[in-house]
Amino acid sequence: MDTAENTTVAIRKKNSKLKQSVLDFFVSLYNINQFILRFFKEAFVPPFELKEVMRQCYEVGVRSFTLISVTGFIVGLIFTKQSRPSLSQFGAESWLPSLVSIAIMRALAPLVTALIASGKVGSSIGAELGSMRVTEQIDAMEVSGTKPFKYLVCTRVLATTITIPILATYTGFVGLVGGYLNVSMNEGTSWTAFMEQVFEPLAFTDFVASLVKSIVFGFTIGIVGCYQGYNSNKGTEGVGKAANGAVVTAMFLVFIEEIIIVQMTGWFR
Amino acid sequence: MEKAKVKVDHTNPVISIRGLEKSFEDYAVLRGIDLDLYQGENLVVLGRSGTGKSVLIKIISGLLRPDKGEITVLGKNIAHITDRELQELRIRIGFSFQNSALYDSMTVRKNLEFPLVRNRKGITRKEIDTNVETVLDAVGLSQTINQMPSELSGGQRKRIGIARTLILNPEIMLYDEPTAGLDPITCIEINDLINEVQQRFNTSSIIITHDLTCAKQTGDRIAMLLEGQFQRTGTFDEVFDTNDSRVKPFFDYNFIK
Repeated sequence: MDTAENTTVAIRKKNSKLKQSVLDFFVSLYNINQFILRFFKEAFVPPFELKEVMRQCYEVGVRSFTLISVTGFIVGLIFTKQSRPSLSQFGAESWLPSLVSIAIMRALAPLVTALIASGKVGSSIGAELGSMRVTEQIDAMEVSGTKPFKYLVCTRVLATTITIPILATYTGFVGLVGGYLNVSMNEGTSWTAFMEQVFEPLAFTDFVASLVKSIVFGFTIGIVGCYQGYNSNKGTEGVGKAANGAVVTAMFLVFIEEIIIVQMTGWFR
Repeated sequence: MEKAKVKVDHTNPVISIRGLEKSFEDYAVLRGIDLDLYQGENLVVLGRSGTGKSVLIKIISGLLRPDKGEITVLGKNIAHITDRELQELRIRIGFSFQNSALYDSMTVRKNLEFPLVRNRKGITRKEIDTNVETVLDAVGLSQTINQMPSELSGGQRKRIGIARTLILNPEIMLYDEPTAGLDPITCIEINDLINEVQQRFNTSSIIITHDLTCAKQTGDRIAMLLEGQFQRTGTFDEVFDTNDSRVKPFFDYNFIK
Protein backbone atom coordinates (compact mmCIF):
# COMPACT_ATOMS: atom_id res chain seq x y z
CA MET A 1 0.00 0.00 0.00
CA ASP A 2 1.28 3.49 -0.82
CA THR A 3 1.37 6.35 1.68
CA ALA A 4 -1.87 8.01 0.46
CA GLU A 5 -3.70 4.76 0.83
CA ASN A 6 -2.19 4.26 4.28
CA THR A 7 -3.34 7.72 5.29
CA THR A 8 -6.87 7.07 4.00
CA VAL A 9 -7.07 3.84 5.97
CA ALA A 10 -5.75 5.61 9.06
CA ILE A 11 -8.29 8.44 8.68
CA ARG A 12 -11.11 5.95 8.15
CA LYS A 13 -10.01 4.05 11.24
CA LYS A 14 -9.80 7.28 13.22
CA ASN A 15 -13.23 8.34 11.94
CA SER A 16 -14.79 5.04 12.88
CA LYS A 17 -13.12 5.24 16.30
CA LEU A 18 -14.43 8.78 16.72
CA LYS A 19 -17.90 7.67 15.61
CA GLN A 20 -17.74 4.81 18.07
CA SER A 21 -16.68 7.13 20.89
CA VAL A 22 -19.51 9.56 20.11
CA LEU A 23 -21.94 6.65 19.93
CA ASP A 24 -20.62 5.23 23.21
CA PHE A 25 -21.04 8.62 24.88
CA PHE A 26 -24.71 8.85 23.86
CA VAL A 27 -25.35 5.23 24.81
CA SER A 28 -23.93 5.79 28.30
CA LEU A 29 -25.92 9.04 28.59
CA TYR A 30 -29.08 7.09 27.74
CA ASN A 31 -28.15 4.33 30.21
CA ILE A 32 -27.55 6.83 33.03
CA ASN A 33 -30.94 8.44 32.30
CA GLN A 34 -32.60 5.04 32.44
CA PHE A 35 -30.79 4.32 35.71
CA ILE A 36 -32.01 7.59 37.24
CA LEU A 37 -35.57 6.99 36.01
CA ARG A 38 -35.48 3.51 37.51
CA PHE A 39 -34.39 4.99 40.83
CA PHE A 40 -37.41 7.33 40.90
CA LYS A 41 -39.71 4.48 39.83
CA GLU A 42 -38.53 2.12 42.57
CA ALA A 43 -37.41 4.29 45.48
CA PHE A 44 -40.80 5.65 46.45
CA VAL A 45 -42.86 2.51 45.98
CA PRO A 46 -43.36 0.10 48.93
CA PRO A 47 -41.91 -2.00 50.43
CA PHE A 48 -39.43 0.54 51.76
CA GLU A 49 -36.03 -0.66 52.95
CA LEU A 50 -35.98 1.86 55.81
CA LYS A 51 -33.64 -0.17 58.00
CA GLU A 52 -31.09 -0.41 55.19
CA VAL A 53 -31.46 3.32 54.39
CA MET A 54 -30.71 4.11 58.05
CA ARG A 55 -27.73 1.76 58.02
CA GLN A 56 -26.38 3.40 54.88
CA CYS A 57 -26.93 6.90 56.34
CA TYR A 58 -24.86 5.82 59.33
CA GLU A 59 -22.17 4.37 57.03
CA VAL A 60 -21.99 7.54 54.92
CA GLY A 61 -21.89 9.78 57.98
CA VAL A 62 -19.32 7.77 59.90
CA ARG A 63 -17.11 7.21 56.86
CA SER A 64 -16.75 10.93 56.21
CA PHE A 65 -17.14 12.45 59.68
CA THR A 66 -13.49 12.66 60.79
CA LEU A 67 -12.17 13.85 57.45
CA ILE A 68 -14.93 16.42 57.10
CA SER A 69 -14.36 17.71 60.64
CA VAL A 70 -10.65 18.21 60.03
CA THR A 71 -10.99 19.59 56.50
CA GLY A 72 -13.88 21.92 57.37
CA PHE A 73 -11.98 23.36 60.31
CA ILE A 74 -8.78 23.86 58.31
CA VAL A 75 -10.64 25.43 55.37
CA GLY A 76 -12.27 27.96 57.73
CA LEU A 77 -9.00 28.71 59.49
CA ILE A 78 -6.89 29.06 56.33
CA PHE A 79 -9.52 31.03 54.43
CA THR A 80 -9.71 33.57 57.27
CA LYS A 81 -5.93 33.73 57.59
CA GLN A 82 -5.41 34.25 53.84
CA SER A 83 -8.17 36.87 53.55
CA ARG A 84 -6.87 38.98 56.41
CA PRO A 85 -3.98 40.77 54.58
CA SER A 86 -6.24 41.90 51.71
CA LEU A 87 -8.84 43.30 54.11
CA SER A 88 -6.11 44.85 56.29
CA GLN A 89 -5.01 47.02 53.35
CA PHE A 90 -8.37 48.78 53.56
CA GLY A 91 -8.58 48.61 57.33
CA ALA A 92 -11.54 46.29 57.00
CA GLU A 93 -10.55 43.37 59.28
CA SER A 94 -13.88 43.74 61.05
CA TRP A 95 -15.55 42.44 57.91
CA LEU A 96 -13.71 39.13 58.19
CA PRO A 97 -16.54 37.22 59.95
CA SER A 98 -19.01 38.34 57.28
CA LEU A 99 -16.64 37.41 54.49
CA VAL A 100 -15.93 34.02 56.03
CA SER A 101 -19.60 33.29 56.59
CA ILE A 102 -20.56 34.19 53.01
CA ALA A 103 -17.75 32.11 51.55
CA ILE A 104 -18.33 29.11 53.79
CA MET A 105 -22.11 29.03 53.83
CA ARG A 106 -22.67 29.87 50.20
CA ALA A 107 -19.92 27.88 48.54
CA LEU A 108 -17.21 26.16 50.55
CA ALA A 109 -19.22 24.00 52.95
CA PRO A 110 -21.35 22.19 50.33
CA LEU A 111 -18.48 21.98 47.86
CA VAL A 112 -15.82 20.70 50.29
CA THR A 113 -18.29 18.17 51.73
CA ALA A 114 -19.26 16.97 48.26
CA LEU A 115 -15.65 16.58 47.14
CA ILE A 116 -14.67 14.64 50.24
CA ALA A 117 -17.78 12.48 50.03
CA SER A 118 -17.07 11.81 46.34
CA GLY A 119 -13.71 10.40 47.34
CA LYS A 120 -14.73 8.55 50.48
CA VAL A 121 -18.31 7.53 49.88
CA GLY A 122 -18.54 7.49 46.07
CA SER A 123 -15.51 5.26 45.64
CA SER A 124 -16.64 2.97 48.41
CA ILE A 125 -20.12 2.56 46.89
CA GLY A 126 -18.60 1.97 43.44
CA ALA A 127 -16.16 -0.64 44.74
CA GLU A 128 -18.71 -2.38 46.96
CA LEU A 129 -21.38 -2.74 44.29
CA GLY A 130 -18.75 -3.51 41.65
CA SER A 131 -17.39 -6.36 43.72
CA MET A 132 -20.93 -7.62 44.38
CA ARG A 133 -21.56 -7.57 40.63
CA VAL A 134 -18.43 -9.51 39.67
CA THR A 135 -18.91 -12.09 42.43
CA GLU A 136 -22.51 -12.61 41.22
CA GLN A 137 -24.03 -11.46 44.53
CA ILE A 138 -26.34 -9.08 42.65
CA ASP A 139 -27.41 -11.91 40.33
CA ALA A 140 -28.01 -14.08 43.40
CA MET A 141 -30.36 -11.44 44.82
CA GLU A 142 -32.15 -11.20 41.49
CA VAL A 143 -32.73 -14.94 41.10
CA SER A 144 -33.98 -15.26 44.66
CA GLY A 145 -36.91 -12.98 43.83
CA THR A 146 -35.61 -9.97 45.74
CA LYS A 147 -35.05 -6.59 44.13
CA PRO A 148 -31.34 -5.79 44.22
CA PHE A 149 -31.83 -2.38 42.64
CA LYS A 150 -34.17 -1.32 45.41
CA TYR A 151 -32.08 -2.85 48.18
CA LEU A 152 -28.65 -1.77 46.96
CA VAL A 153 -29.12 1.31 44.77
CA CYS A 154 -32.20 3.11 46.12
CA THR A 155 -31.03 2.80 49.71
CA ARG A 156 -27.55 4.14 49.00
CA VAL A 157 -28.76 7.04 46.84
CA LEU A 158 -31.34 8.02 49.46
CA ALA A 159 -28.67 7.78 52.15
CA THR A 160 -26.23 10.11 50.38
CA THR A 161 -29.06 12.51 49.47
CA ILE A 162 -30.14 12.72 53.12
CA THR A 163 -26.73 12.60 54.80
CA ILE A 164 -24.63 14.94 52.67
CA PRO A 165 -26.77 18.05 53.41
CA ILE A 166 -26.42 17.23 57.13
CA LEU A 167 -22.66 16.82 56.73
CA ALA A 168 -22.47 20.06 54.72
CA THR A 169 -24.23 21.94 57.53
CA TYR A 170 -21.76 20.43 59.98
CA THR A 171 -18.84 21.38 57.69
CA GLY A 172 -20.16 24.95 57.67
CA PHE A 173 -20.22 24.98 61.46
CA VAL A 174 -16.68 23.62 61.93
CA GLY A 175 -15.48 25.97 59.17
CA LEU A 176 -16.89 28.90 61.13
CA VAL A 177 -15.21 27.58 64.28
CA GLY A 178 -11.91 27.55 62.35
CA GLY A 179 -12.56 31.11 61.19
CA TYR A 180 -13.51 32.19 64.71
CA LEU A 181 -10.26 30.77 66.11
CA ASN A 182 -8.24 32.98 63.79
CA VAL A 183 -10.37 36.08 64.38
CA SER A 184 -10.41 35.60 68.12
CA MET A 185 -6.64 35.09 68.28
CA ASN A 186 -6.01 38.29 66.33
CA GLU A 187 -8.82 40.62 67.37
CA GLY A 188 -9.98 38.96 70.59
CA THR A 189 -13.57 38.92 69.28
CA SER A 190 -16.07 37.01 71.43
CA TRP A 191 -18.02 34.03 70.05
CA THR A 192 -21.33 35.92 70.37
CA ALA A 193 -20.03 38.97 68.52
CA PHE A 194 -18.48 36.76 65.85
CA MET A 195 -21.72 34.84 65.30
CA GLU A 196 -23.74 38.07 65.10
CA GLN A 197 -21.48 39.23 62.28
CA VAL A 198 -21.61 35.82 60.66
CA PHE A 199 -25.40 35.84 60.30
CA GLU A 200 -25.71 39.51 59.39
CA PRO A 201 -24.89 39.25 55.66
CA LEU A 202 -26.67 35.94 55.11
CA ALA A 203 -30.14 35.87 53.61
CA PHE A 204 -32.70 33.07 53.67
CA THR A 205 -31.87 32.41 50.00
CA ASP A 206 -28.30 31.55 50.98
CA PHE A 207 -29.43 28.79 53.33
CA VAL A 208 -31.94 27.42 50.84
CA ALA A 209 -29.42 27.51 47.98
CA SER A 210 -26.81 25.80 50.11
CA LEU A 211 -29.28 23.12 51.15
CA VAL A 212 -30.50 22.53 47.60
CA LYS A 213 -26.92 22.35 46.40
CA SER A 214 -26.01 19.74 49.02
CA ILE A 215 -29.07 17.66 48.18
CA VAL A 216 -28.15 17.73 44.47
CA PHE A 217 -24.52 16.87 45.28
CA GLY A 218 -25.60 14.02 47.56
CA PHE A 219 -27.90 12.59 44.94
CA THR A 220 -25.17 12.89 42.29
CA ILE A 221 -22.53 11.14 44.42
CA GLY A 222 -24.92 8.31 45.27
CA ILE A 223 -26.28 7.77 41.79
CA VAL A 224 -22.86 7.95 40.09
CA GLY A 225 -21.28 5.53 42.58
CA CYS A 226 -24.18 3.11 42.25
CA TYR A 227 -24.28 3.37 38.44
CA GLN A 228 -20.57 2.65 38.14
CA GLY A 229 -20.65 -0.26 40.59
CA TYR A 230 -23.96 -1.79 39.52
CA ASN A 231 -22.88 -1.87 35.87
CA SER A 232 -19.28 -2.90 36.38
CA ASN A 233 -17.86 -5.94 34.63
CA LYS A 234 -14.59 -7.56 33.61
CA GLY A 235 -13.64 -9.01 37.00
CA THR A 236 -11.45 -7.28 39.52
CA GLU A 237 -10.28 -4.75 36.93
CA GLY A 238 -13.91 -3.68 36.61
CA VAL A 239 -14.13 -3.09 40.37
CA GLY A 240 -11.14 -0.72 40.26
CA LYS A 241 -12.60 1.08 37.26
CA ALA A 242 -15.97 1.39 38.99
CA ALA A 243 -14.40 2.95 42.09
CA ASN A 244 -12.25 5.28 40.04
CA GLY A 245 -15.09 6.20 37.68
CA ALA A 246 -17.35 6.96 40.64
CA VAL A 247 -14.88 9.49 42.08
CA VAL A 248 -13.85 11.19 38.84
CA THR A 249 -17.37 11.47 37.38
CA ALA A 250 -18.94 12.59 40.65
CA MET A 251 -16.30 15.31 41.20
CA PHE A 252 -16.68 16.56 37.64
CA LEU A 253 -20.47 16.68 37.92
CA VAL A 254 -20.30 18.39 41.32
CA PHE A 255 -18.34 21.29 39.78
CA ILE A 256 -20.73 21.55 36.82
CA GLU A 257 -23.72 21.56 39.20
CA GLU A 258 -22.01 24.18 41.39
CA ILE A 259 -21.74 26.54 38.41
CA ILE A 260 -25.35 25.97 37.35
CA ILE A 261 -26.80 26.38 40.85
CA VAL A 262 -24.75 29.51 41.54
CA GLN A 263 -26.09 31.02 38.32
CA MET A 264 -29.65 30.04 39.19
CA THR A 265 -29.36 31.39 42.75
CA GLY A 266 -28.23 34.71 41.28
CA TRP A 267 -31.64 35.09 39.62
CA PHE A 268 -33.43 34.90 42.99
CA ARG A 269 -31.12 37.27 44.80
CA MET B 1 -22.95 -42.92 48.33
CA GLU B 2 -24.94 -44.79 45.62
CA LYS B 3 -27.71 -42.69 44.06
CA ALA B 4 -31.13 -43.93 45.14
CA LYS B 5 -33.79 -44.63 42.49
CA VAL B 6 -35.97 -41.60 41.95
CA LYS B 7 -39.40 -41.59 40.34
CA VAL B 8 -39.34 -39.28 37.32
CA ASP B 9 -42.62 -38.18 35.77
CA HIS B 10 -41.83 -38.25 32.03
CA THR B 11 -45.22 -36.80 31.12
CA ASN B 12 -44.66 -33.59 32.99
CA PRO B 13 -41.78 -31.37 31.83
CA VAL B 14 -41.12 -28.54 34.28
CA ILE B 15 -38.78 -26.87 31.81
CA SER B 16 -39.28 -27.06 28.07
CA ILE B 17 -36.92 -25.36 25.63
CA ARG B 18 -37.30 -25.22 21.85
CA GLY B 19 -34.90 -23.68 19.34
CA LEU B 20 -32.97 -21.59 21.86
CA GLU B 21 -30.29 -19.40 20.33
CA LYS B 22 -27.94 -16.96 22.04
CA SER B 23 -24.98 -15.01 20.67
CA PHE B 24 -22.47 -12.65 22.24
CA GLU B 25 -21.49 -10.09 19.61
CA ASP B 26 -20.55 -12.28 16.63
CA TYR B 27 -20.07 -15.52 18.56
CA ALA B 28 -23.05 -17.89 18.55
CA VAL B 29 -22.90 -19.75 21.87
CA LEU B 30 -26.21 -21.61 21.77
CA ARG B 31 -27.36 -22.63 18.29
CA GLY B 32 -30.78 -24.17 18.54
CA ILE B 33 -31.15 -25.93 21.89
CA ASP B 34 -34.09 -28.26 22.51
CA LEU B 35 -34.48 -29.57 26.05
CA ASP B 36 -37.05 -31.00 28.45
CA LEU B 37 -36.51 -31.34 32.19
CA TYR B 38 -39.05 -33.66 33.78
CA GLN B 39 -40.60 -33.52 37.24
CA GLY B 40 -38.28 -35.10 39.80
CA GLU B 41 -35.35 -35.53 37.41
CA ASN B 42 -31.69 -34.59 37.78
CA LEU B 43 -30.42 -33.58 34.34
CA VAL B 44 -26.69 -33.05 33.97
CA VAL B 45 -25.50 -30.72 31.22
CA LEU B 46 -21.94 -31.64 30.31
CA GLY B 47 -19.61 -29.72 28.10
CA ARG B 48 -16.25 -28.04 27.84
CA SER B 49 -15.63 -24.57 29.26
CA GLY B 50 -17.09 -21.80 27.12
CA THR B 51 -19.73 -23.97 25.43
CA GLY B 52 -22.60 -22.00 26.94
CA LYS B 53 -23.67 -24.28 29.80
CA SER B 54 -23.93 -21.46 32.32
CA VAL B 55 -25.54 -19.22 29.69
CA LEU B 56 -28.28 -21.83 29.36
CA ILE B 57 -29.27 -21.76 33.04
CA LYS B 58 -28.91 -17.98 33.21
CA ILE B 59 -31.46 -17.77 30.39
CA ILE B 60 -33.77 -20.20 32.23
CA SER B 61 -33.62 -18.05 35.37
CA GLY B 62 -34.18 -14.84 33.40
CA LEU B 63 -30.73 -13.37 34.06
CA LEU B 64 -30.01 -13.33 30.32
CA ARG B 65 -32.39 -12.81 27.44
CA PRO B 66 -32.43 -15.34 24.59
CA ASP B 67 -32.02 -14.15 20.99
CA LYS B 68 -34.51 -16.71 19.72
CA GLY B 69 -36.51 -19.68 20.98
CA GLU B 70 -39.32 -20.68 23.33
CA ILE B 71 -38.52 -21.31 27.00
CA THR B 72 -41.34 -22.56 29.19
CA VAL B 73 -40.58 -22.83 32.90
CA LEU B 74 -43.26 -24.25 35.21
CA GLY B 75 -45.86 -23.49 32.55
CA LYS B 76 -44.78 -19.91 31.90
CA ASN B 77 -43.11 -18.72 28.72
CA ILE B 78 -40.37 -16.53 30.13
CA ALA B 79 -40.13 -14.42 26.98
CA HIS B 80 -43.70 -13.18 27.48
CA ILE B 81 -44.03 -12.60 31.20
CA THR B 82 -44.02 -9.35 33.14
CA ASP B 83 -41.28 -8.42 35.60
CA ARG B 84 -43.63 -9.23 38.47
CA GLU B 85 -44.41 -12.68 37.05
CA LEU B 86 -40.70 -13.30 36.51
CA GLN B 87 -40.03 -12.37 40.12
CA GLU B 88 -42.74 -14.79 41.29
CA LEU B 89 -41.36 -17.51 39.03
CA ARG B 90 -37.83 -17.01 40.35
CA ILE B 91 -38.99 -17.83 43.87
CA ARG B 92 -39.86 -21.30 42.55
CA ILE B 93 -36.38 -21.74 41.05
CA GLY B 94 -33.24 -22.18 43.14
CA PHE B 95 -29.95 -21.09 41.60
CA SER B 96 -26.69 -22.31 43.12
CA PHE B 97 -23.83 -20.20 41.77
CA GLN B 98 -20.40 -21.47 40.82
CA ASN B 99 -18.70 -19.29 43.44
CA SER B 100 -21.62 -19.57 45.87
CA ALA B 101 -22.28 -15.79 45.63
CA LEU B 102 -22.87 -15.48 49.37
CA TYR B 103 -23.50 -11.90 50.53
CA ASP B 104 -20.14 -11.26 52.13
CA SER B 105 -21.32 -8.43 54.36
CA MET B 106 -23.88 -10.68 56.07
CA THR B 107 -23.55 -13.63 58.44
CA VAL B 108 -24.75 -17.09 57.35
CA ARG B 109 -28.02 -16.47 59.22
CA LYS B 110 -28.60 -13.14 57.45
CA ASN B 111 -27.73 -14.73 54.10
CA LEU B 112 -30.44 -17.32 54.64
CA GLU B 113 -32.98 -14.87 56.04
CA PHE B 114 -32.53 -12.35 53.24
CA PRO B 115 -34.64 -14.06 50.51
CA LEU B 116 -37.11 -15.41 53.06
CA VAL B 117 -37.98 -12.09 54.69
CA ARG B 118 -38.38 -10.39 51.32
CA ASN B 119 -40.54 -13.07 49.73
CA ARG B 120 -42.76 -14.28 52.57
CA LYS B 121 -44.77 -11.33 53.78
CA GLY B 122 -45.93 -11.51 57.37
CA ILE B 123 -43.56 -14.33 58.32
CA THR B 124 -42.90 -14.44 62.07
CA ARG B 125 -39.50 -14.48 63.77
CA LYS B 126 -40.16 -18.01 64.96
CA GLU B 127 -40.96 -19.22 61.44
CA ILE B 128 -37.82 -17.56 60.08
CA ASP B 129 -35.67 -19.28 62.73
CA THR B 130 -37.30 -22.66 62.07
CA ASN B 131 -36.75 -22.34 58.30
CA VAL B 132 -33.12 -21.29 58.76
CA GLU B 133 -32.45 -24.18 61.15
CA THR B 134 -34.14 -26.69 58.79
CA VAL B 135 -32.07 -25.79 55.74
CA LEU B 136 -28.85 -25.51 57.71
CA ASP B 137 -29.55 -28.94 59.14
CA ALA B 138 -30.23 -30.26 55.61
CA VAL B 139 -26.77 -29.16 54.46
CA GLY B 140 -25.16 -30.24 57.75
CA LEU B 141 -23.80 -26.83 58.75
CA SER B 142 -25.90 -25.76 61.75
CA GLN B 143 -22.76 -24.74 63.64
CA THR B 144 -21.87 -22.02 61.10
CA ILE B 145 -25.01 -19.96 61.65
CA ASN B 146 -23.25 -16.91 63.08
CA GLN B 147 -20.13 -17.07 60.91
CA MET B 148 -19.26 -14.71 58.08
CA PRO B 149 -18.82 -16.17 54.57
CA SER B 150 -15.12 -15.29 54.67
CA GLU B 151 -14.70 -17.71 57.59
CA LEU B 152 -16.07 -20.68 55.64
CA SER B 153 -14.23 -23.19 53.46
CA GLY B 154 -15.03 -23.62 49.75
CA GLY B 155 -17.19 -26.68 50.40
CA GLN B 156 -19.03 -24.98 53.25
CA ARG B 157 -19.72 -21.94 51.07
CA LYS B 158 -21.22 -24.20 48.39
CA ARG B 159 -23.43 -25.85 50.99
CA ILE B 160 -24.62 -22.54 52.42
CA GLY B 161 -25.27 -21.34 48.85
CA ILE B 162 -27.47 -24.40 48.31
CA ALA B 163 -29.16 -23.87 51.70
CA ARG B 164 -29.97 -20.28 50.72
CA THR B 165 -31.78 -21.47 47.61
CA LEU B 166 -33.59 -24.25 49.52
CA ILE B 167 -35.07 -21.86 52.05
CA LEU B 168 -37.72 -20.77 49.54
CA ASN B 169 -38.70 -24.41 48.81
CA PRO B 170 -37.93 -24.26 45.09
CA GLU B 171 -39.43 -26.73 42.64
CA ILE B 172 -36.45 -26.48 40.30
CA MET B 173 -32.78 -26.33 41.25
CA LEU B 174 -30.12 -24.99 38.88
CA TYR B 175 -26.57 -25.88 39.92
CA ASP B 176 -23.74 -24.04 38.16
CA GLU B 177 -20.54 -26.09 38.44
CA PRO B 178 -21.32 -27.35 41.97
CA THR B 179 -18.01 -29.17 42.38
CA ALA B 180 -15.67 -26.68 40.68
CA GLY B 181 -12.57 -25.91 42.72
CA LEU B 182 -13.27 -28.48 45.44
CA ASP B 183 -11.16 -31.42 46.58
CA PRO B 184 -12.39 -34.93 45.57
CA ILE B 185 -13.82 -35.79 49.00
CA THR B 186 -15.78 -32.53 49.22
CA CYS B 187 -16.93 -33.11 45.62
CA ILE B 188 -18.45 -36.43 46.66
CA GLU B 189 -20.11 -34.77 49.66
CA ILE B 190 -21.63 -32.11 47.40
CA ASN B 191 -22.81 -34.80 44.94
CA ASP B 192 -24.50 -36.62 47.83
CA LEU B 193 -26.09 -33.37 48.94
CA ILE B 194 -27.48 -32.77 45.43
CA ASN B 195 -29.06 -36.25 45.49
CA GLU B 196 -30.38 -35.68 49.00
CA VAL B 197 -31.95 -32.38 47.95
CA GLN B 198 -33.62 -34.15 45.02
CA GLN B 199 -35.16 -36.77 47.29
CA ARG B 200 -35.93 -34.72 50.39
CA PHE B 201 -37.25 -31.59 48.69
CA ASN B 202 -38.63 -33.34 45.57
CA THR B 203 -36.86 -30.95 43.20
CA SER B 204 -36.11 -31.22 39.50
CA SER B 205 -32.57 -30.08 38.76
CA ILE B 206 -30.24 -29.03 36.00
CA ILE B 207 -26.62 -29.58 37.00
CA ILE B 208 -24.02 -27.81 34.91
CA THR B 209 -20.62 -29.44 35.15
CA HIS B 210 -17.60 -30.79 33.34
CA ASP B 211 -16.86 -33.15 36.21
CA LEU B 212 -17.77 -36.70 35.11
CA THR B 213 -17.83 -38.03 38.67
CA CYS B 214 -20.45 -35.45 39.51
CA ALA B 215 -22.35 -36.30 36.31
CA LYS B 216 -22.33 -40.01 37.03
CA GLN B 217 -23.25 -39.69 40.70
CA THR B 218 -26.03 -37.13 40.38
CA GLY B 219 -27.49 -37.39 36.88
CA ASP B 220 -30.58 -39.38 35.97
CA ARG B 221 -29.95 -38.18 32.43
CA ILE B 222 -26.95 -36.56 30.76
CA ALA B 223 -27.03 -34.02 27.93
CA MET B 224 -23.74 -33.32 26.16
CA LEU B 225 -23.42 -29.77 24.86
CA LEU B 226 -21.12 -29.52 21.88
CA GLU B 227 -20.82 -26.72 19.34
CA GLY B 228 -23.88 -24.93 20.70
CA GLN B 229 -26.23 -27.91 20.53
CA PHE B 230 -27.03 -31.04 22.51
CA GLN B 231 -25.26 -33.74 20.51
CA ARG B 232 -25.88 -36.69 22.79
CA THR B 233 -28.56 -37.25 25.44
CA GLY B 234 -29.28 -40.29 27.59
CA THR B 235 -27.97 -42.13 30.61
CA PHE B 236 -24.29 -41.79 31.48
CA ASP B 237 -23.42 -45.08 29.77
CA GLU B 238 -25.49 -44.26 26.68
CA VAL B 239 -23.80 -40.90 26.22
CA PHE B 240 -20.27 -42.26 26.51
CA ASP B 241 -20.81 -45.51 24.59
CA THR B 242 -19.56 -43.91 21.40
CA ASN B 243 -16.54 -43.45 19.20
CA ASP B 244 -17.44 -39.81 18.52
CA SER B 245 -14.08 -38.04 18.56
CA ARG B 246 -15.68 -34.98 20.20
CA VAL B 247 -17.08 -37.01 23.12
CA LYS B 248 -14.50 -39.74 23.72
CA PRO B 249 -11.61 -37.51 24.87
CA PHE B 250 -13.93 -35.98 27.43
CA PHE B 251 -14.40 -39.41 28.96
CA ASP B 252 -10.81 -40.60 28.52
CA TYR B 253 -9.31 -37.60 30.29
CA ASN B 254 -11.43 -38.21 33.38
CA PHE B 255 -10.42 -40.99 35.70
CA ILE B 256 -13.61 -42.98 35.90
CA LYS B 257 -14.34 -45.80 33.50
